[in-house]
Amino acid sequence: MNYIFYFLILISIIAGAMNGKLHDVVNAILSGAELSVKIAFSLIGIMAFWLGMMKIAEKCGLIAVIAKIIKPITKRLFNEIPEDSPAIGDIAMSVSANAFGLTNAATPIGIKAMEELQKENTDKTTASNSMCMFLAMNTAGFQLIPATVIAVLIGIGYKNPTEIIAPTLLVTTIAFLSAIFIAKLFQRFWAPQSTSPLPTGEGSNGGEE
Amino acid sequence: MTFQSVMNILSLWALPAIILLILTMGLAKKIPVYEVFTDGAKEGFKVAVNIIPYLVAIIVAISMFRASGSIELIGKAFAPLLNYFNVPVDVLPIMIVRSLSGSAALGVFSDIANTVGPESYATKLSAIMVGSSETTFYVLAVYFGAVGISKLRYALLVGLLADFIGILAAIIICKLMFA
Repeated sequence: MNYIFYFLILISIIAGAMNGKLHDVVNAILSGAELSVKIAFSLIGIMAFWLGMMKIAEKCGLIAVIAKIIKPITKRLFNEIPEDSPAIGDIAMSVSANAFGLTNAATPIGIKAMEELQKENTDKTTASNSMCMFLAMNTAGFQLIPATVIAVLIGIGYKNPTEIIAPTLLVTTIAFLSAIFIAKLFQRFWAPQSTSPLPTGEGSNGGEE
Repeated sequence: MTFQSVMNILSLWALPAIILLILTMGLAKKIPVYEVFTDGAKEGFKVAVNIIPYLVAIIVAISMFRASGSIELIGKAFAPLLNYFNVPVDVLPIMIVRSLSGSAALGVFSDIANTVGPESYATKLSAIMVGSSETTFYVLAVYFGAVGISKLRYALLVGLLADFIGILAAIIICKLMFA
């Protein structure tokens, strides 16, 4: 992250100077910083709501039920965390909320899932394999209906906006599955976390020493 | 019923159904739902404030990057490659921006759609590209920021590779369907 941060800014300043846009680049600092706080603050309310709901869901055992249903899949994808961890249920809820385009619910629940994964993490500043897997599933943005895009298409007078649903779904599925596959592959070959990771579950995943 | 109307109904009912289910199950198990709710909700502020430094770092860097005109430069560099594969050059900004900023991707998409016209191939292709992706850098900043992860290992690489595969898939599938 240090290099990404550094080079994004370095390239921006050099390219900005070359393009005569240095002034815009400087202004972008202020607008970007403002936007970040705006995003974070707009999250507070909905975050509080879903964290409250999820707490009830956890206490009444709903999360555990969901976790149990999807266990055959999660056992393979998240083999480093205990099978009965509340993270599993949260992950399932977050991915389904995303699939239905309920971004307002998906983000708070996803963050809660990340917090549960952090509890199992051995090195609190470094991403665990499970965290990378969950992040991969999220960045691929699996969604059944691209509602915002359809709204834009309708807005510009596109005659049959629903025709893009099927190809979009196909593409997002391909991206989602590749993300899982690539994450799994890296998990096997990437250098493990500095501290010794938790013992692996079924031994189905070698290479993690 | 078409697939879309089924999905619309599901999307409309998903939240109310989940909320009802959670509350009903909670009460049935004799859980003080109001107290537990407010107890959980207390965390909301903390989490939102926790992610601010991470968001500022990522969003400022990306805003600067976008303002610098680098994206147009990258676009120019890749244009011949796109021409070779018969992909409209208009779509290029989308491919670069969609991993960086969701609102920007949507903005660029409206821009393209408005300039090249609703029924053009470039509009369809960019619609598929925008609709099938999530902003990798934003997700990374929010999710890892919330728990204080700063060493990413392979997380970003996976996200970007999946984005790249998504772009290829969009190009191929759009060609098969609409060309």
